[in-house]
Amino acid sequence: MKFKKLLLRIADIYRFIANVFKELFTSPLEGKEIFRQAYFVGNRSLFLITFTSFLAGVVFTKQSRPSLSSFGAESWLPSLVSQAVVRSLGPLITGLICAGKLGSNIGAELGSMRVTEQIDAMEVSGTRPFSYLVVSRIAATTVALPLLVVYADIMALLGSYLMVHVFNNTGFRLYFNEASAVISYLDIFSSLIKSLFFGFAIGFVGSYAGYNSENGTTGVGKAANIAVVVSMLLIFIIDLLSLQIVNLFRPW
Amino acid sequence: MVDSQHTATETSTTLPAAEQKGIVASLQHVKKSFGSNDVLKDISLELHEKENLVILGRSGTGKSVLIKCMVGLIKPDAGEINVLGYHVNSLSPKELNEMRQQVGFSFQGSALYDSMTVRENLEFPLKRNLKIFDKKELNERVMSSLQNVGLERAVNQMPAELSGGMRKRIGIARTLILNPKIMLYDEPTAGLDPITSSEINELINQVRAKFNTSSIIITHDISCARETSDRVIAMVDGHTKAEGTFAELKQTKDPDLEPFFKY
Repeated sequence: MKFKKLLLRIADIYRFIANVFKELFTSPLEGKEIFRQAYFVGNRSLFLITFTSFLAGVVFTKQSRPSLSSFGAESWLPSLVSQAVVRSLGPLITGLICAGKLGSNIGAELGSMRVTEQIDAMEVSGTRPFSYLVVSRIAATTVALPLLVVYADIMALLGSYLMVHVFNNTGFRLYFNEASAVISYLDIFSSLIKSLFFGFAIGFVGSYAGYNSENGTTGVGKAANIAVVVSMLLIFIIDLLSLQIVNLFRPW
Repeated sequence: MVDSQHTATETSTTLPAAEQKGIVASLQHVKKSFGSNDVLKDISLELHEKENLVILGRSGTGKSVLIKCMVGLIKPDAGEINVLGYHVNSLSPKELNEMRQQVGFSFQGSALYDSMTVRENLEFPLKRNLKIFDKKELNERVMSSLQNVGLERAVNQMPAELSGGMRKRIGIARTLILNPKIMLYDEPTAGLDPITSSEINELINQVRAKFNTSSIIITHDISCARETSDRVIAMVDGHTKAEGTFAELKQTKDPDLEPFFKY
């Protein structure tokens, strides 16, 4: 019975994803709504991303410095931090924050619209709620995440620079020359592609959980919870997979 | 009173037989179960043009499921549903949308979009369905629709700022804005005080008179049934128990229905 339920759930998820792409490519693009949602994505998470990525840059630099100092390799600090930030730390911090902040928001918002029959009301008036509510949110998170990741990278590097400057009195230009020298196009490209998938996962899980929520207010809470937990889990899985794939293209 | 096995021989007291031109919607042997719970057990009914058909029954008898099946929100397990010539069970998504644009659905909880103002709630179907984006035309249609329900003053309010009765009216205004041919009211007076309930009943009759709509009114409120019905179908436990005018049903000695009319 449980196995049958699992298969039905997988089929349902497949149908949901297929509908997202079908609506995306066959229906008129919800440009205004996508832009509005993307604005919300940035607006809701920008402060947290600024704060956490800056602090992550500070902490990571401070923790790495003693180890490098013991090898007399303190000058490697900018390149070490920039590689860590661009390849993994920036996307991961952004992804996790957005999963918590946006995933729960999308899940709860759509969940409450479902249980108060607002989605049914859209359906019976023939206004294609799937395209308006789901596709626009998924598109918004998918588009916005890479932009937020770039912003988070910059904030983390600024935090790191601050620490390096405090301890070594390194200049801004020198720091960023050293930091950018080790960043390849592959690093940037893979980071952006990875964050596209993070964005899709956050938007998709939140929308799926909210759009299909049931059992009243309990269902809304459950949808928000699923949105956060599952999207965080997916972010780590995507991160691992992308690492495996990108390593195939590295020259070493 | 006429038993469900037979057709009602007498038509409405408020609607002359000559006006009952055609059938705009019909359900034939519709069944629906949720797990082991049989909610609809072989329901058949017809809705005539310009008729107010009240479906009366206790909570949990499948009344709401019935009208949700009519607009394709719930898929029946068996039976045929025909709405305005559309066979609801076998419609493509495009055809389903076409059909739905001609059917207004007033939800029990009003289902106003709570992140939008009243104006945006009413503009939403106009922009999405009729592709009207001209501000002047939108404003005219919105204000005209609000005028129909007597709530022009609420145009810039958020749904959370409205009373239950106002929300019901705005919900009805939102469905009327697309000029539907059929109106489906799901418990229009549930949770309202008697005075507001009476106002909503009056509005339902006004909508029929002004827009020539055919309506199905789902209710367990006996005064709503009395004030709005041309014909009443009493549902008990997923079955059609009796059918006739309100006056006919009121004479019933059926133990399942008699308690209803005592209140």
